[in-house]
Amino acid sequence: MSVYLDHAATTPVLPEVIDVVARTMRDVGNASSLHTAGRSARRVVEEGRESIAEDLGVRPSEVIFTSGGTESDNMAIKGTLWRRSAGDPRRRRMLISAIEHHAVLDAVDFLVTTGQADVTWLMPDEAGVVTPDVLRSAVEADPDSVALVSVMWANNEVGVVQPVCELAAVAREYGVPMHTDAVQAVGHLDLDLGSCRADLITATGHKLGAPVGIGVLLAARDQDPVPLTHGGGQERQIRSGTLDVPGVAGLARAVRIAVARQREEAPRLASLRDELIEGARAIDPSISVNGFWVPGEVHRRLPGNAHLRVPDCDGDSLLYVLDAAGVQCSTGSACQAGVPQPSHVLLAMGMSESEARGALRLTLGHTSSAADVRGFLEALPTGLERSRRARMATARAS
Amino acid sequence: MRVVAAMSGGVDSAVAASRMLDAGHEVVGVHLALSQSAATLRESARGCCTIEDAGDARRVADRLGIPFYVWDMAQRFADDVVADFVAEYEAGRTPNPCLRCNEKIKFAALLDKALALGFDAVATGHYAQVVETPDPAAPAGVRRELHRAVDQAKDQSYVLGVLDADQLARAFFPLGDTTKTDIRAEAAQRGFSVARKPDSHDICFIPDGDTRGWLTDRLGRRPGPILDTMGQQVGRHDGAYAYTVGQRRGLGLSVPAADGAPRYVTATRPQSNTVVVGTRELLGVDHIVGDHARWCGAAPEGVVAVGAQIRAHGHEHPATAWADGEQVQVRLAERIRGVAPGQSVVLYEGTRVVGSATITHADRR
Repeated sequence: MSVYLDHAATTPVLPEVIDVVARTMRDVGNASSLHTAGRSARRVVEEGRESIAEDLGVRPSEVIFTSGGTESDNMAIKGTLWRRSAGDPRRRRMLISAIEHHAVLDAVDFLVTTGQADVTWLMPDEAGVVTPDVLRSAVEADPDSVALVSVMWANNEVGVVQPVCELAAVAREYGVPMHTDAVQAVGHLDLDLGSCRADLITATGHKLGAPVGIGVLLAARDQDPVPLTHGGGQERQIRSGTLDVPGVAGLARAVRIAVARQREEAPRLASLRDELIEGARAIDPSISVNGFWVPGEVHRRLPGNAHLRVPDCDGDSLLYVLDAAGVQCSTGSACQAGVPQPSHVLLAMGMSESEARGALRLTLGHTSSAADVRGFLEALPTGLERSRRARMATARAS
Repeated sequence: MRVVAAMSGGVDSAVAASRMLDAGHEVVGVHLALSQSAATLRESARGCCTIEDAGDARRVADRLGIPFYVWDMAQRFADDVVADFVAEYEAGRTPNPCLRCNEKIKFAALLDKALALGFDAVATGHYAQVVETPDPAAPAGVRRELHRAVDQAKDQSYVLGVLDADQLARAFFPLGDTTKTDIRAEAAQRGFSVARKPDSHDICFIPDGDTRGWLTDRLGRRPGPILDTMGQQVGRHDGAYAYTVGQRRGLGLSVPAADGAPRYVTATRPQSNTVVVGTRELLGVDHIVGDHARWCGAAPEGVVAVGAQIRAHGHEHPATAWADGEQVQVRLAERIRGVAPGQSVVLYEGTRVVGSATITHADRR
């Protein structure tokens, strides 16, 4: 039995996408070349751009193709900080939510430790939400010093959806650019990026059925982040590098499918998610859900995300026992040399280190079915029993 | 059986894991993250437990087609091995951290976690043999004894002399019947990239091998006198903790001996922060007292004839020994030199490891 419950890490490539990528890959052509093959490659890229723009509610010129989420986040954070502080050296304070992905956190850390910027962390409440009031008071502490705001659309660990539109409205009031990492959100939530007016939006292919290695930064036309890499000037002079034509074609197809299916897929996944959570709690009532969760709800938590807090249990032991039983999931937190660290997201939500270690992230996606939920629930009792014994065995005071 | 193969990333544990798999066991590779800063890349081949070692272990597991995990034991290692190492040196003793690691980490923390997760045993790449002997009195009708490896030069039974019967019952050492040369050949034949990886040496958490410098970083400089046996100051030191009985090098004595003979550390006195030096003859001892006795089976009854070994890869010395609870007395047939408090004395009967004790005191008749 193999149960894959780690779609937030990466989700299977859609069969239609494999077809379009493989087909496109057969054609030669650099999208920057002027001859026939080049023009034909360029056409694929531009059609892909238009398709993505249409599906996401933005303008084609706002779509900048990148290698994925990490690059897009780095471009948005570093590029905007550099542009803003070049315009006015006082603007060096970044307002960043404390629950960001490491692609944002570590870019921020780099700017701060190299003396280029300051940071004010926006703390979430216990449900994992960064409220507009928190942002407003952080801005108002010194409005002229703010370089940018970055709050992710939906958290990759606990799946909590942030009030991005309201946050963007606050940022706009003060004339501050707003970035949001929407890697987990695009294709999974009912989004209208056009009316939400975040200035910079990160998305990536491999979380919605496209291959790894292609993503976008959606940058409003008045945004001009300083480039990280220099070269041929493709992609609005912001992102250089030969365009990945098959990747663009695949991403466009994946976005089209994901967005088209989102309204029926979200309630389907939410119902599987709720079954999973309720089943786990029936097995062990001490298990609880991290972050906002209401059964059947599909707007304030990612429909496919179940993030369990399992008392007296090390997530990595539980992960092992489940893996041995064919159930693949995640502790949700980052690894250092293969060793899971206590999640900064859970710590920011007010959890202790020890509580944070007993976390398990199960994420459903387009291939998930009720059989997957059953498989997990069947493996869970042994997993709980053994990983708790392992914790007893290793956590003795020395 | 379901077996955890402890995989350091070196050639020995790679072959050990393969052999367990060949023997028909269900094997899962586990790399222990023991360093507080695991994400380090070290250039030298010394030491272990870097991110590269974890990667090497992973690649071997990939080739074998077995699951592989990194288990974080850094806190336990820091508490039970590294802190103990520093405290022992500070108290004027010379510990062997490899024994402590086997006793407290590999065959305690790791084994306990493995058992809790449903495994039956732990296998390592140590050069030693477990011999099973029928014994109606033993729980499963079989007594498991720890013996030296066939490769005398590589034998690591000394650092396993701390394992008790329960730990041995759950331990596999698949390399004990083979020489290191043959293990390297086997690794190459199996296509492991680590086949030619150099052996790790010294103490894994002191990768540059400078124990004195490492201790000084943690305990600070504590200058004090070096005295001769008459109490006359013949030099200065930066911390008595960094000296070991039997040591000759690095003393930097300013006053030569009257007869010009070389001098050795004969005692370190942590309370007065004093190092005492004297002639080679003063180092000779034939009576050792140890505590923290550990028996790899039943404790010996009465006086037994044994071979005593006081350091890894050291000689075995004919002796008699008797145990009194936690304490062990060892009477050596001839005087030996270089016995320092804190070292472990491991006792052998033929090739069988009887047990071990931590040396607290040594003198001569």
